[in-house]
Amino acid sequence: MDEEYDVIVLGTGLTECILSGLLSVEGKKVLHMDRNDYYGGDSASLNLTQLYRKFRPKQDPPSELGRDRDYAVDLVPKFIIASGELTKMLVHTDVTRYLEFKQIAGSFVFRDGRISKVPSTEMEAVKSPLMGLFEKRRAKKFFEFLQNWKDEDPTTHQGIDLDKDTMRQVYEKFGLEVGTQDFIGHAMALYLDDNYIDKPARPAYDRIILYTSSMSRYGKSPYIYPLYGLGELPQSFARLSAIYGGTYMLDKPIQEVVTGPDGKFVGVTSGGETVKAKQVIGDPSYFLSQSGGKVRVVEEGKVVRAICLLKHPIPGTDDADSAQIIIPQNQVGRKHDIYIAIVSSTHNVCAKDIYVAIVSTIVETDKPELEIAPGLRLLGPIHEKFVSISPVYTPTSSGESDNIFITRSYDATSHFETVVDDVTDVWKRVVGKDLVLKKREVEVQE
Amino acid sequence: MANKQYQFKLVLLGESAVGKSSLVLRFVKDQFDDYRESTIGAAFLTQTVTLEDQTTVKFEIWDTAGQERYKSLAPMYYRNANCAVVVYDITQASSLDKARTWIRELQRQADPSIIIALCGNKVDLAARRQVLQEEAKKYAEEEGLMWMETSAKTGEGVTEVFTAIAKKLPLTAPPPRSGRNVAGARTGVDLNKQASGQGQNESCNC
Repeated sequence: MDEEYDVIVLGTGLTECILSGLLSVEGKKVLHMDRNDYYGGDSASLNLTQLYRKFRPKQDPPSELGRDRDYAVDLVPKFIIASGELTKMLVHTDVTRYLEFKQIAGSFVFRDGRISKVPSTEMEAVKSPLMGLFEKRRAKKFFEFLQNWKDEDPTTHQGIDLDKDTMRQVYEKFGLEVGTQDFIGHAMALYLDDNYIDKPARPAYDRIILYTSSMSRYGKSPYIYPLYGLGELPQSFARLSAIYGGTYMLDKPIQEVVTGPDGKFVGVTSGGETVKAKQVIGDPSYFLSQSGGKVRVVEEGKVVRAICLLKHPIPGTDDADSAQIIIPQNQVGRKHDIYIAIVSSTHNVCAKDIYVAIVSTIVETDKPELEIAPGLRLLGPIHEKFVSISPVYTPTSSGESDNIFITRSYDATSHFETVVDDVTDVWKRVVGKDLVLKKREVEVQE
Repeated sequence: MANKQYQFKLVLLGESAVGKSSLVLRFVKDQFDDYRESTIGAAFLTQTVTLEDQTTVKFEIWDTAGQERYKSLAPMYYRNANCAVVVYDITQASSLDKARTWIRELQRQADPSIIIALCGNKVDLAARRQVLQEEAKKYAEEEGLMWMETSAKTGEGVTEVFTAIAKKLPLTAPPPRSGRNVAGARTGVDLNKQASGQGQNESCNC
C-alpha cells in the first residue's frame, strides 16, 4: 500500500463506481475501497445472509425462503428510466456487455381508494378509469401541445412561455381537473410534492417528455431493470474501472481521512496504514465524523423504506411480475408521495413465487413507519418486512479547496437521474472540466 | 452437415502472477509476453474451438482484471459462468493452496453444474517444480475437477485445456439460468436499440 494514487474512492455505491470507472478510463490511477465485504454500498443488492445480517443480526434467514444465492434484494427502490441519462451512460461506457435488462411490467397510480394503470397505449388510455370522457379530450389536447412543442417555432407555443408561465397556468389553459393535474405531476412528471406547480413549467415539461418517450421506447412501462438486481450496476462500473487499471479493496474499514496542516486531503488510513492520493471521492457515510471536528456533510431529511417479501403479486396489478405504484400525496393527506417498487423472480432477484416490494417516502413525522401504512395496505399479506430510516446527506462544500469530494445519498426519487446529475457534478469538480461521454470501445478481442 | 455453435462463459481464477492472462493470450492470440504486467484492457476475450464433429464452441473468457488481488471479485464475475480455469504455478507451492480456496469459492458462488479445470502453469520451469503432479492430480480427482499442466510460454498443453473443457460442456442443454448466454439470443431489452416509431404510442396517454 505504499503506492501513491491520483484518486482514492471510498464506497462502492453506484455514484462512486461510475466515477471510478470513468476516471480509470480517463487514465487516472484509482484506488477504490469499501468497508463492506460486498459491492454496492447503499445501492447494493443483498443475498439473504447479508440481508439478515444487516437488519436482523441475531436471526438466520428462514430456510423456507429458499436458496441464499437466489436473492439479490435491493436496498434502494429505484428503476432505470428508459430514455434517461443513466441509459446513455450504460451504453456509452459499454458496460451493457455485463448486464441484461428487463422491462418493469407496469406503472400504476393510486386514486380514490384504488390503483389504476398509467396508460401506455392509446387503447389503454381510452379504457382508463382515471378520467371522464370530456377530461380525456382535454388531456389529449394538453399532451398534443407538449409533444408538438418546438422551442424555435412560436406557432407551437399557443401563447405559453415555458420559461415564464407556471405549470398551474399551463394546466388551467387546458382546463385540466385537479385529479388530472395530480396524475400528470406525480405519476408522469414524478414530482414528489406539489412545489413544482407554481414554478416555471419548463422542468415539468422536460420530465413529462422523459416519461412519455421512455414509455414509448419499450412499451408497458417507462422503466427497465437489470437482471439480478440493481447491485449489478455498481459491479459493472467497478469492472470497467478494474479493466482500466483501478485497484479494488473490499472489506477495508476506513479509520481516518487524513488532512494536512493546510486542511487539504493527504490520504486515507485503513488497517493502520495510510495510503496517499491527490484527491478523495467518497459517499457521505465515510465523512460523518471527522478529525478536527469539521462538519463535512449535513442531513437534508430522511427517507423511510420498508423492504417487504410477499408470496403473491400486488392485488389490482393484473398479477404484474413487477411494477411501480405511486400514491400521490393529495390522495392520503401528505406532503410527499408514497412509492411502491415491486420486482420478482422474473428479474432473478428472489426465489420463485416470491415478490419483493419496497414501500418508501420522505419522512414528515416522528413516526415514519405509520407514514407508509397506506402503501403497506396495498400489498396484501406481508411475509417479511425490513424497515429502515435513512438520513439523506448532502456535502457542505464543493471539495475544490481541500480535494475532498463527497457524493450525495440516494434520494427518494424513483429512478437514477439525480445520481447521474451528481456524477456529472462531482466529475466537473474533480477533473476540472465537463464530463463528455465518448463512445469508448471496451474491446472484445477475437 | 449440422454445424452447431455454442457459446459459454469461462472465468479465470488463481493467485496473481500465476499466468492467468498469459494462458488466455496464448490460447486466443498464440502470443506470449515475458513482461506482461497484470491484466489486459479488455472486457473479455473470445475464442472458438472446433470439435471433431464440427461443432464449434465459442468461449467468452473473463479475466479477473486484478479484482482477485485483494479478494474483491464481484458476484457478477461468477454469474452464469459455465466453466472455470483455476490456475496455479507449479513452481510455487502456495499457489496450489490459493487455487483450493478459489475452487471452494466457485463451489459456493457459481452454478453447481460449472465445469472446473485445475491447471498447473509454467511447466517450462519444471526444474524449479514445487508442486508434484501426483499431489495436484489427487486433489483434482477428489473434487471432481479436470486437471492438466501447461506452459503459456511454450504453448504446451494450452489448447488442450480449452478443447477438453469444450468436450465436457453439455452441448445439448442450454446453459443454466437464462442470464446472458448466447450472444444475440438475449431475452431482455436491448439498450442500444433506438426508440422506434417516435410518437407512435406517446402522442397521448389519455
